[in-house]
Amino acid sequence: MTAPSVAPAGRPRLRLGGPVGVVYLALVGVYLVGWLAVAARGGDFVTVGNTVTILQNSVALGLVAVGQTYVILAGSLDLSVAYLVSLTSLVTAQTMQTAGVVPGVLAALAVAAVVGLGNGLVVTRLGVNAFIATLGMALILRGYLEHNYTGPAGAVPTSFQHLGYDRVGPVPVSVFLLAATVAVTWFVLRRTRLGHHIYAVGGDEEVARLSGVPTTRTRVTAHVLCALCAGLAGVFLASRLGAGAPWAGTEAQYDLVSIAAVVLGGTLLAGGRGGVAGTVGGVLILATLDNVFDQLAVDPFFKNVVRGVVIVVAVALYARRGVDARRRRMRGGS
Amino acid sequence: MTGTGRVSDAAHRRRIPAPLAGLRAVAPVLVLLVALLVALAVVDPGFFDPERLLAFLRRSAPLVILAAGQYLVIVSGGFDLSVGAVVTTGVVVAAELFNLAPGLPWLVVVAVLLLGGLLVGVVNGIVSTVFAVPSFIATLGMMLVLQGAVFFWTQGAPRGYLPEDYRMLGRSAVPGAEWLPWAVVVLAVVGLAAVLFMRSDTGRTLVATGDNDVAAGLAGVRVARLRTLAFALSGVAAAVAAILVGGFTGVSAQAGSGYEFQAITAVVLGGVALGGGRGSVVAAMAGAFSLQALFTLLTLLGVSGAWESAVQGVIVITAVAVGGISWSRRSRRTHQPVREPV
Repeated sequence: MTAPSVAPAGRPRLRLGGPVGVVYLALVGVYLVGWLAVAARGGDFVTVGNTVTILQNSVALGLVAVGQTYVILAGSLDLSVAYLVSLTSLVTAQTMQTAGVVPGVLAALAVAAVVGLGNGLVVTRLGVNAFIATLGMALILRGYLEHNYTGPAGAVPTSFQHLGYDRVGPVPVSVFLLAATVAVTWFVLRRTRLGHHIYAVGGDEEVARLSGVPTTRTRVTAHVLCALCAGLAGVFLASRLGAGAPWAGTEAQYDLVSIAAVVLGGTLLAGGRGGVAGTVGGVLILATLDNVFDQLAVDPFFKNVVRGVVIVVAVALYARRGVDARRRRMRGGS
Repeated sequence: MTGTGRVSDAAHRRRIPAPLAGLRAVAPVLVLLVALLVALAVVDPGFFDPERLLAFLRRSAPLVILAAGQYLVIVSGGFDLSVGAVVTTGVVVAAELFNLAPGLPWLVVVAVLLLGGLLVGVVNGIVSTVFAVPSFIATLGMMLVLQGAVFFWTQGAPRGYLPEDYRMLGRSAVPGAEWLPWAVVVLAVVGLAAVLFMRSDTGRTLVATGDNDVAAGLAGVRVARLRTLAFALSGVAAAVAAILVGGFTGVSAQAGSGYEFQAITAVVLGGVALGGGRGSVVAAMAGAFSLQALFTLLTLLGVSGAWESAVQGVIVITAVAVGGISWSRRSRRTHQPVREPV
């Protein structure tokens, strides 16, 4: 836990030996193994079409995981995102049915912001552990959803389905949505005061507070940003499904899988280290795995088994590197 | 909440032999439990009939046992998200075993499940200690693996049934004492064992490890081995819960879903700090009873199944917030975020 408090912005970002480099090496490894496995069965893996499919299938989880990155870096986490994705997909579709596209998106994001604000305030003002606070929020959202919905509801206009299905050249529009969110997040985390505060709070809240960082405001903001990303995922899924669905976020277990993706991306679960570039790598690893299994027609239940093993093994590899690095630092006495 | 938090304070407090010291640690959750029981008595005057009360204890047994196991992991500084999946796997494996070998003695199946739970726990422990994977991720991975394996094996529709003599532990009464369900006996044995374990040197060392694993390690504690033991016992507790749940509800691929979060919630309701080092096992089990009492109360009040989880969420947040306030006033320390020992 004795991570030296190095300013994150000053670090070189693309070293193969660095944490992010390892994530992308792992991604390349998964991709190559997938290629071999699919090619051995006579399938095509490295085609533009297939690569685009992988990207397309990364969007929803990617948006949620990017949001999760904010809160995990700040030393928190959010277990309510899965139900929030479901809720915002329904809000989007139902508002669009009556009021149009722009109000629909705004309503979904407003709902998400309120939920994130609630999470943040419960964590900071009431001093409830983030695990319990966001689990409680998840239960509240679940109660609301189960009471009011039994199946898909609302409908989005055809014009809005362009977000889910259209392409610019070979690249789906939704991938640009994810890319833009990632770019904004990267900028916020690396180039703004808020981002530095998030790292500081996640590294050691007490030290950050004593150094004059507004810890409460920073954590609340991180929770709101996380919820907004989940809201975007809800909007995207509404566009993709053509309606809102109470299972949109829960079926894929976005709450736990997004946390796994962030940690798979080399971010420390305890907070203060990591970044959004790693998260994207983690999400792409999971999406590539999914794609390989689909191509090999692997039993969907068996997918979960391999997924669980891959997550644990990858994190174990990073953890070993972390332990070695720390030992070296200690011995070097620098 | 346990009052003080620093290592020295905790060590100092543990030297106080008076039963009062233990009571202080359990007090807030007892207030909650008593409040819920009073509410139950008001809503349903017949609730305290011995027979109904024992039925309540019997229903609480799986969650209380899971909470005791979860407590060991949490107090040593980790999480165990795999217990729900272990319960499901236990129920399904038992049914499949009886399906494969219809005449199998039930004790053999019980032994297989207990060993299986032990094995799962040991793997969780080794992955999170030797391989330094945060226990949240290690046990999440275990959960995905077990869930996937159960569904893959059964294709979502488990076959087989559980014979009467196996289901006895879950739903029958002790012969000769028809008022006493077996589940309550199991609960009492597990509860007693948990209390005795936490009073032993090993149990106290476990708390010290959760409080500060570096200090414990420097003091000669074999931290990795001890944490693995906590996970192993949690796995065994989950297997015991699986035997009881199988007896209650029969075979289902959803038998244990949600139990992991309920168990963690129960432990936190008992005032045990996530991150380790603080809280008592009695309080954790009282937290589980409180949660079960809350479920019962909501059912009696006719809160619709859908709203039940929302009310549960509000009450859990409120209870933890209120507990946190009285605690921080005494020790003047802000709460700690989730901290994984790395």
